[in-house]
Amino acid sequence: MAYSETAKTHYTNELKGIRSGGLFKEERFIESPQAARIKVEYPLGAAPKEVINLCANNYLGLSSHPDVLEAARKGLETRGYGMSSVRFICGTQDIHHELENKLTEFLGTEDTILFPSCMEANAAIFEVLLDKDDAMIADRLVHASIVDGMRLSKAQLYNYKHSNMEHLEEKLQETQGCRFRMIITDGVFSMDGDIAKLDVICDLAEKYNAMVMLDDSHASGFMGKRGKGTHEHCGVMGRIDAITTTLGKALGGAAGGCLSGRKELVELCRQRARPYLFSNTVPPVVVAASIRVIDLIEKSTDRRDKLEENTMFFREQMTKAGFDIREGVHPIVPVMLYNAKLAQDVARDLYAEGIYVVGFFFPVVPQGQARIRTQVSADHEREHLEKAVAAFTKVGKKYNILGKKKDEIIAMYGV
Amino acid sequence: MSEDVKKLIIDYVKKEYLDEDSDQTIDENTKLISGGIVDSFSMVSLKMFLEKKFKISIPDEKATPEAFDSVNSIMKLIQEFVKP
Repeated sequence: MAYSETAKTHYTNELKGIRSGGLFKEERFIESPQAARIKVEYPLGAAPKEVINLCANNYLGLSSHPDVLEAARKGLETRGYGMSSVRFICGTQDIHHELENKLTEFLGTEDTILFPSCMEANAAIFEVLLDKDDAMIADRLVHASIVDGMRLSKAQLYNYKHSNMEHLEEKLQETQGCRFRMIITDGVFSMDGDIAKLDVICDLAEKYNAMVMLDDSHASGFMGKRGKGTHEHCGVMGRIDAITTTLGKALGGAAGGCLSGRKELVELCRQRARPYLFSNTVPPVVVAASIRVIDLIEKSTDRRDKLEENTMFFREQMTKAGFDIREGVHPIVPVMLYNAKLAQDVARDLYAEGIYVVGFFFPVVPQGQARIRTQVSADHEREHLEKAVAAFTKVGKKYNILGKKKDEIIAMYGV
Repeated sequence: MSEDVKKLIIDYVKKEYLDEDSDQTIDENTKLISGGIVDSFSMVSLKMFLEKKFKISIPDEKATPEAFDSVNSIMKLIQEFVKP
């Protein structure tokens, strides 16, 4: 047998190692559409329980919005379920082109190319746009998909301390001899919810003649007054050369991503980006629904404004309750616990209280920075957030962490 | 290998990977990768620094997280490639 006992033992031991290291990821079955309240079967076989979801990327609450569902249904009826093709053979419909144009206009760029996911956009672009004589200068906390994408490129890799602009400038000085340089950053960093200093980054890019690439997955649709993203929030629209983002978070939450930016960069990716050339086209249903999502966001900022209010309320209330949260304005609100076991215990107890959150710890976040990452949505009503704060407070009291800062929590629980 | 080389690497690691206000101490035995100070992504810049500084080329198969896990193991790795 090709699958030998030795191979089987090897993989079994790998899995055992993941389990014994406390890193085994379990999936929980949700028996309802994505929303502020969801029905969850957990643990496996338990009766489904209704809980408040505080860990979805459903920032604008559009994942199950009636208008979006209607557009998806219409897309299914008029353009079918699948295209059974990559884009350049027979996988491009009029609506793919329409969505690309809409995204271009929405993001304020020159052109856009859809990818099956933002992960694939990030996997594609560095290999296409940069070569061995070029340098990629990345923030040290960029998303894993960017790290993977950079590994596929022949360009030289440099990275700078997280959001440290002096260190970035040093790297720009070190790489003056390169043909092209690209500064690479997330718009919003997914673990802390902090925002890239895009204004300084763009100034440095101009000073040192470098391009800027931004992954705006945790911002598109709601950051900035019109929800265009971090570049709008930071006042640098038109100064970013390449933006990758996802349709899988605020923009409907189903699937798909894109690269939007300078016309030539996008056009070259259409010719050479391997994940674009060799992956199926984004399904018509997703495309049709995404067009409606962009229309909804452009028509009204109500949902984005509600998200901002909800975020402020939740941040204020959690701080008032005595939790150590990462300061900021983003709906990602990390509740810092520092100790991995404590993060898991608190998450488990919150679930018993009807709040669905997940603990994050090393290697997802640096050692000693375990946390519960909560995410606020425009779908949350005030009562959901009040209930969440009350549950957090009850559990926080149990573990005696209310009003305690980093050093005190570490003194009690270690890292 | 000399104390100077050890100091050079420790200084680079401190400057490159620690925040200004960090109270983390680094000596030749401090676990860099498994201790969460240097992640595997950032390791690339450390490799480039060593290659440039010592005018060597470390093949990718030798640039393992284990080889970069402490200043001591890094020094052993450099010794393999520096011509006497």
